[in-house]
Amino acid sequence: MINPDSVGRTFTGADLVTVTQSEIDNFAAVIGENDTRVAPPTFSIRISLSQYENILTQPEIGVDWTRLVHGDQKFEIFRPIIAGDILRCSATIETLRVAAGNEIISVRSDLHNGPELVVSSWSTLVVRG
Amino acid sequence: MVDIGGARVIEVGTILPVKVFYLDRALLKAYADASGDQNPIHQNEEFALSVGLPNVIAHGMLTMALTGKYVSDWAGGSSAVKEFSARFVKPVIVPANEKVDLTVSATVVEIDGGRIKLDLSATSAGIKVLGMAKAVVTR
Repeated sequence: MINPDSVGRTFTGADLVTVTQSEIDNFAAVIGENDTRVAPPTFSIRISLSQYENILTQPEIGVDWTRLVHGDQKFEIFRPIIAGDILRCSATIETLRVAAGNEIISVRSDLHNGPELVVSSWSTLVVRG
Repeated sequence: MVDIGGARVIEVGTILPVKVFYLDRALLKAYADASGDQNPIHQNEEFALSVGLPNVIAHGMLTMALTGKYVSDWAGGSSAVKEFSARFVKPVIVPANEKVDLTVSATVVEIDGGRIKLDLSATSAGIKVLGMAKAVVTR
């Protein structure tokens, strides 16, 4: 079970993530995007998902990552990510509920470059019971 | 109504052209590497079957990334996409040595100044894979 005390808490990533051109190029190549001056709209999931994994699998929260299914995803993109962005990631566990034996977690990720909010995203993650 | 150049005008209710993407195991591996999501259900058939899946399935976020490509192509580039959301209602099943379709289309549902809201449809093998899929673009 997920620790219910984690709901409402915001966790700031320990590391700043520097976005490289090759990361953008690789992501763009998979979807056939030739213009890599900016990152594709869903690129930020690369950063958010890895941070969710780091945070949610901490023993105090206790998500079993191997039983995780992605339920839905939303992005609000204030400006596209570009190579050289140094992103600070924070994740907030917004809600936690149990339905049909599954735990359903809503998490929000905010990516800042310095003081500038670049992308906010929301994910529903389902831990299969 | 927005004049988008040439003789083309879009308005609420305009249906955008269908595009078909093809997915195979190699694309899933490439997406795993590009996104960092190495969950074996997207690469290893034996593992996928062992957790009750019908076969290897595509990352929901790969389906969404391709749908995003459809949106940004129409809107004039990645920079035009301001909001994008979807629910992963059914997996895209990707058997070995096969190419499976992801068929995407969209309808203009709202025009507010330069912001255009699209309702998106994404199916694979005739089955709806994204639900409540929407995007807001500027153009």
